[in-house]
Amino acid sequence: MVQLTLPKNSRITTGKTWPKPEGATNLKTFHIYRYDPDSGKNPSVDTYFVDLDTCGPMLLDALIKIKNEIDPTLTFRRSCREGICGSCAMNIGSKKGGGINTLACIHGIDEVKGDVAIYPLPHMPVVKDLIPDLTHFYAQHASIMPWLETKTNRPAKEWRQSIEDRKKLDGLYECVMCASCSTACPSYWWNGDRYLGPAALLHAYRWIIDSRDEATGERLDDLEDPFKLYRCHTIMNCAKTCPKGLNPAKAISEIKQMMLERTV
Amino acid sequence: MGYLTDRKRAVGWGSAKSGTEHAWAMKVSSAALLILIPLFLITVAPMTGQPYDVVVAHFAKPFPAIVAALTFVVGFMHFKDGVRVLIEDYVHGAAQQWLIIGMTCLCYAAAAVGILAVARLAI
Repeated sequence: MVQLTLPKNSRITTGKTWPKPEGATNLKTFHIYRYDPDSGKNPSVDTYFVDLDTCGPMLLDALIKIKNEIDPTLTFRRSCREGICGSCAMNIGSKKGGGINTLACIHGIDEVKGDVAIYPLPHMPVVKDLIPDLTHFYAQHASIMPWLETKTNRPAKEWRQSIEDRKKLDGLYECVMCASCSTACPSYWWNGDRYLGPAALLHAYRWIIDSRDEATGERLDDLEDPFKLYRCHTIMNCAKTCPKGLNPAKAISEIKQMMLERTV
Repeated sequence: MGYLTDRKRAVGWGSAKSGTEHAWAMKVSSAALLILIPLFLITVAPMTGQPYDVVVAHFAKPFPAIVAALTFVVGFMHFKDGVRVLIEDYVHGAAQQWLIIGMTCLCYAAAAVGILAVARLAI
């Protein structure tokens, strides 16, 4: 049976409230999830105050400022700072609720009304603070063979593709594997061990419809499973949350349609 | 957890090579119910509050009887397939299989009772 409550050692407690910066007049309050497995303590939510007059406009700027100037132990992933690497995906919302999985680097501080609440991506094991363990997520991505599979001898130059066929990859290749979609999907929460999730399935579809790929049948065979594919119930959280504006649910429905067309 | 590699954990037992038939069956029964449910309501609604003899006479006609019987059969088969997905979503382990068996039996029994009721009225 699915677990509807957090285990005792995962229940969130009230954490430390850090001092306000002296002389600051334009303060924003951040409530940030903290968890250190080495401490043996339950997770907590710490409160920080950031002077927006001396901070960049994005949430990642605020996190970096907190780490640099207030609390160097705050741990999170970040790299490109421009929505390309997908490292800084986390759950961001106001203190009142309504959090959404997105990239901290392209989410403006002013987009959150009132106090900001930041948690790691939902329903994943937490390594530390805002860092989820994405090992299984990446392994699922690898399992769909995210590369061009060909049997024909390699051509003298490149594998050719028409402009129309290339256009079919638009809205798919842009995925940065940030895991925002999969961790927003209730089906992935309950059956993430078997259901591939929106991100892996979007990538699967990207290779299924690639006109150069010669393993379409094998790819469909591998996906035809009540759990790997058919756990998608078109809840659409994936499309709603995707920070790149992609629509994994549509890609999944296209795979289901292809399955039908080769059966019925 | 054991010493499984990440890849082995992700691939699991591989593809069951099934699921499409179930999805197709759900689609077909949904389409059928889109037609049957309004017809069922149209044929049953006028009988509300009517005397027993009038209701029996109404369901003795072929059209209301066939619509009612088809609605029971298709409705409960659709329910069976839908609840199976629900159980698979939220219940894991041996309980999952027992619940699916129980729900399937219940749906077949409910459909049979519906058909028997319509048959007794119609024949």
